[in-house]
Amino acid sequence: MERIDTLSSLEFFRPEIVLVLSLMWVLIWDLILKNRPRERRAVLVGSTLLGLVIALGFAFAGTDAPSMGLFSNMVALDGFGNVLRILFIVTAIFVLLFTLHSNELKSVHHGELLVLLLTATVALIWMANSINLLMIYLALETVSVASYVMVGYLKSDRLSNEASLKYILFGAVSTGTMLFGLSLLFGLTGSLDLYGIRSALASQEVVASSGPALMVVIVLVLAGIGFKMATVPFHFWCPDVYTGAPTPVTAFLSVGPKVAGFAVLVRFFYGGLSEPIGSANWAMVGSVDWQTILMVVSVLTMTLGNVAALTQTNVKRLLAYSSIAHAGYIMMGAAVLSGEGIQAMIAYMIVYLFMNLGAFLVVIVVHNEVGSFDVKDYAGIWRRAPMLTVVMGVFLFSLMGIPPFAGFLAKWYIFAAVIKAGLGWFAVVGVANSAIGAYYYLKILRTMFIDGDDTPEPTKPMPLQPVYAGLLFVLVVPNIIGLLLWGYLDQVAEYSKRLLDVVL
Amino acid sequence: MISLESYLVVAAALFSLGLYGILTRKNAVNVLMSIELIFNSANINLIAFSRYVTGDTEGQVFALFVIVIAACEAAVALAIIMSLYRILKGVELTDASALKG
Repeated sequence: MERIDTLSSLEFFRPEIVLVLSLMWVLIWDLILKNRPRERRAVLVGSTLLGLVIALGFAFAGTDAPSMGLFSNMVALDGFGNVLRILFIVTAIFVLLFTLHSNELKSVHHGELLVLLLTATVALIWMANSINLLMIYLALETVSVASYVMVGYLKSDRLSNEASLKYILFGAVSTGTMLFGLSLLFGLTGSLDLYGIRSALASQEVVASSGPALMVVIVLVLAGIGFKMATVPFHFWCPDVYTGAPTPVTAFLSVGPKVAGFAVLVRFFYGGLSEPIGSANWAMVGSVDWQTILMVVSVLTMTLGNVAALTQTNVKRLLAYSSIAHAGYIMMGAAVLSGEGIQAMIAYMIVYLFMNLGAFLVVIVVHNEVGSFDVKDYAGIWRRAPMLTVVMGVFLFSLMGIPPFAGFLAKWYIFAAVIKAGLGWFAVVGVANSAIGAYYYLKILRTMFIDGDDTPEPTKPMPLQPVYAGLLFVLVVPNIIGLLLWGYLDQVAEYSKRLLDVVL
Repeated sequence: MISLESYLVVAAALFSLGLYGILTRKNAVNVLMSIELIFNSANINLIAFSRYVTGDTEGQVFALFVIVIAACEAAVALAIIMSLYRILKGVELTDASALKG
C-alpha cells in the first residue's frame, strides 16, 4: 500500500476541490446578488448544478487511479471509495433538483440550503474515504452539522425545528460517545491510523493487556456509526427527523449519511479490526467477536423497522421505518466479512438510491398538490394521476423486492452473499422480513388505487412540473430494467470491493 | 507524578456524569452542557494517552480539533434552540412533542 504526501495527493482530489470551490462560489454570489432575487436563484442553482456535474466528471475520470493512501494515509483512494464518491454526487444532484419546485421550500431562500448541500456532499465523500480516526471524526461531524441545519431549514415551522433539535441532541450524544470510544482505542493501540491499529491489535500483548476494553470501544464506536446508519438501538431520531424535515432534505438524509455510515463501518471494522486473508476475505483481529454483534444489530434493525412501519399513517414516517429496515439488509452484507458481502452492499446501495429517492420524489409531488403526508390523503390518486401511481408502484415494488424490479436483484445479491458465507439462518431472517415489509408498501398502493372510488368529487388531473417528470423518468427506468443492467452493476460492485489493502 | 490511571478515572467520571445529565435533564441547554462534558472527557483521554502512551503530539492535535468541532456544534445547537424558543416560548424538551408515533 503506497502512501503519498499532501501536494501529490491533490491531483487525485479533484472532485472534492471542485465541490469546495463551488460551495464558496455559491456563498459569495448569494451575497453579491442580494438585491436581485430572480437572477440570484438562477445563478445559485445553476452554479451548484454545474459544480456537481464537473465534480461527477472528475469522479468518473478518477476511477482508473491505483489504490493508495492520500495525504500521508489520512484518506484512502480505492475502488470502494471511488464508487461511493460517484454515488454521493449523484444523490446531491437529485436532491438539488428535488428542491426546485417543492412547496415546502417555496417560502424560504435557497442560497444557504445549496451551500449546506454541497458541504454535506463533500464531507460525505471524506467520511467514506477516511482511514484515520481523526479524519473519520471530522468528516462525520461536518456531515452532521450541515444536516442539522438542513433539517431545521424551515425556521418558522414547528415540526422542522423540533426535528432539528432532536437530531442535534441525539447526534451530539452519539458522536460524543463515539469520540470517547475512539480515544480509548487510541490509548489501547497508540495509533490513529486504522492500519496501525490493525497491526497493534494483531500482536498478542496488546490483546492480552486490553481485556474487555476493546469490547467497550466497539460498543461506543458503534453508537456513532449506528446513529448515522439509523440502526437499532440508535434509530430513535430517524422517524421524527424524517417527518419534520423538508421532504427533499429527508430524501437526502435517507441516502447520503446512511450510505456514508456504512462506508465508515466497512473502513473501521475491515480496516482496523480485521485483516485480509486470500483474495478479498477478512478475518477478525483482537479478542472481540464483532461479527456476531453486527449480525445481531442487523437482525434487530430490519425486524424493528418492518414491524414498526406496519402501523404508520404518515408516509414520511413509514418511509423512515422502511429505511431503517433497509439499513438492516445492507448491514447483512457488512456482517459476512467477505468480498461478496461488500459487493452486495454496494449493489444494494446503488439500487436503494434509485428506489428510495424515487419514492420520496412521488411524496413531494403529491404533497405539492394535496398538501398532506397522510396515507389516507393518497386515496384516489390513481384517478387523478395514473402515471404517477404506476411509477410509485414501481418504486414500492422495488423496495419490497418483487421481481423483476431492481430491488429484487439487490436483495438476491445480499442473500446470495450471506448464504455463500454459510449463514443460512441469517438469509432466512432477511427473507422473512421482506415478506413483512410487503404489507405496508402494499397498503400505500391499495390506498392510491382503490380507496376514494366512492367519493363523487370531480377528478381533475394532477399537474406535474416538467423537471419532476424528467426526474421520475430517470429514477424509474433503472428500477424497471434492472435485470438488463445487471451485468454493469455487477462490474461496478466487483470494482468496489477493491479496498485499500486488498490485492486482487 | 500523577499516573495515567488517574486521568482515565477522571475522564470516565466526566463521561458518566455527562451521560447521566443527558438522560435526566429536561432543559435543552442543560443537555447541551452535558454533551460538552462528554466531549471534554474524550479530550482528557486523548491528551493523557498522547503524553503517557505514544509520546508524540498526535493525540493533542486530535484534542484541538475536538475543541473546534465542539464549539461549532454548540453554536449550531444554540441557534436551533433559539429558533425553537421563538415558536414554543420555552426550551424544555418535554414541550417539543409534536413529532411522535
